[in-house]
Amino acid sequence: MKEAVHIGGPASAGPDLQELLGLVARGDQDAFSQVYDTVGGAVLGLVRTVLRDPAQSEEVAQEVLLEVWKSAARYRPSRGSAMTWILTLAHRRAVDRVRSAQAATHRERRAALLERTPAYDEVTEQVEARLEREQVRRCLRGLTELQRQSVTLAYYRGLAYREVAELLSVPLGTVKTRLRDGLIRLRDCLGVSV
Amino acid sequence: MNTGDLHLLTGAYVLHALSPEEHAEFERHLPGCPSCSQEVRELAATAGRLASAVAVTPPAALKLQVMARISAERQEPPQIPRQSRRGGSRAGRALSRFALAASVAAAAAFGGVALWQHQEARDARDVAERAQTRAEELAGVLAAPDATVTSGRLTDGATGTVVVSRGRDEAAFLVSGLPEPPAGKVYQLWFADGDVMRPAGLMDPSDSTSAMLMDGPVDGASGMGITVEPAGGSAQPTSEPLALMKLPV
Repeated sequence: MKEAVHIGGPASAGPDLQELLGLVARGDQDAFSQVYDTVGGAVLGLVRTVLRDPAQSEEVAQEVLLEVWKSAARYRPSRGSAMTWILTLAHRRAVDRVRSAQAATHRERRAALLERTPAYDEVTEQVEARLEREQVRRCLRGLTELQRQSVTLAYYRGLAYREVAELLSVPLGTVKTRLRDGLIRLRDCLGVSV
Repeated sequence: MNTGDLHLLTGAYVLHALSPEEHAEFERHLPGCPSCSQEVRELAATAGRLASAVAVTPPAALKLQVMARISAERQEPPQIPRQSRRGGSRAGRALSRFALAASVAAAAAFGGVALWQHQEARDARDVAERAQTRAEELAGVLAAPDATVTSGRLTDGATGTVVVSRGRDEAAFLVSGLPEPPAGKVYQLWFADGDVMRPAGLMDPSDSTSAMLMDGPVDGASGMGITVEPAGGSAQPTSEPLALMKLPV
């Protein structure tokens, strides 16, 4: 069985996906099958990037898609595209899994964090190597070093901004603003409008 | 935290990088801050682009598993937008009080009616529960660690997929694009033990895209087939199979 990889961004998946979600909310399994074909690749790719463990990633991706089925009625077009809604759910779930898997106590958590320290350069490289969209890669390169590290560690690794600050040894306030101005620069570079 | 500081959290918020307390605080702030809401919409869409950039081709089995699980999962009912909810529920309460009064009056007038309705409702629930159990079993086969997936093309361009778990001794059959069977006919599934065909269940004729648990244990079956049979099914195939598939060992 062949399946297409979906690499279209949220902009290209506008009204169709939204209509399909409306049908899904009314229990239409065929519509859900089409939703899966459109978003499945991005959902699994994102979850796998954050979690890295393939088996756990498939499990979480299944949970995300199941949540899309169950709560399709909760989607509000006024808050953004259907694609963005689904990918936000996926990121939320992946991040929750990463944080619950991490050590329960602060000390262990800190140790786990420090263990990851050398990872961030490598992280950015791996992620960039897998980027299928030239445009996203180009726009990431257009960020300052600190913006790029902050955004990729938070998004692709699921780190909280306090952890990003600790890892990069910069003040909390700096990370907060870098996450925001980094994303704003990406938004402008990618021409995202909603 | 003052409002200016909160506005700076849009980026960390869409990246799920805030602490639970800050996340909650920001969400309280959001409805009253149109410019924050707009920025959140834009930055969330931007983050979505980062996700699309790392898309992969999911394994075929993932879709089968997800499709099987959704058929066993109840959906949330549609939500009424918050502003009209209060009025809506008041109308609902008034209506149900009216309906209750009406049914009490009807029961007084027609005796057994209320009881019969109750019985019917319970039957429907039993049917739903049976379907639910069956769907869960189906999901179990599809999610089994030893599940193997074989796909084949049926006549008329339909696609059939059989998923076998030797560990559970169960198999599932999924089909898409199958035309409705001719009037008075039904699609029947078979396990093949060498040359001997053993009945493995009838497909729901009203459902052209479906997944079903095959009846009976897989045992040593070497293959499976699908034929068109008279309604009610047959003990032995009476027509040429639409497809025969080998089962993985």
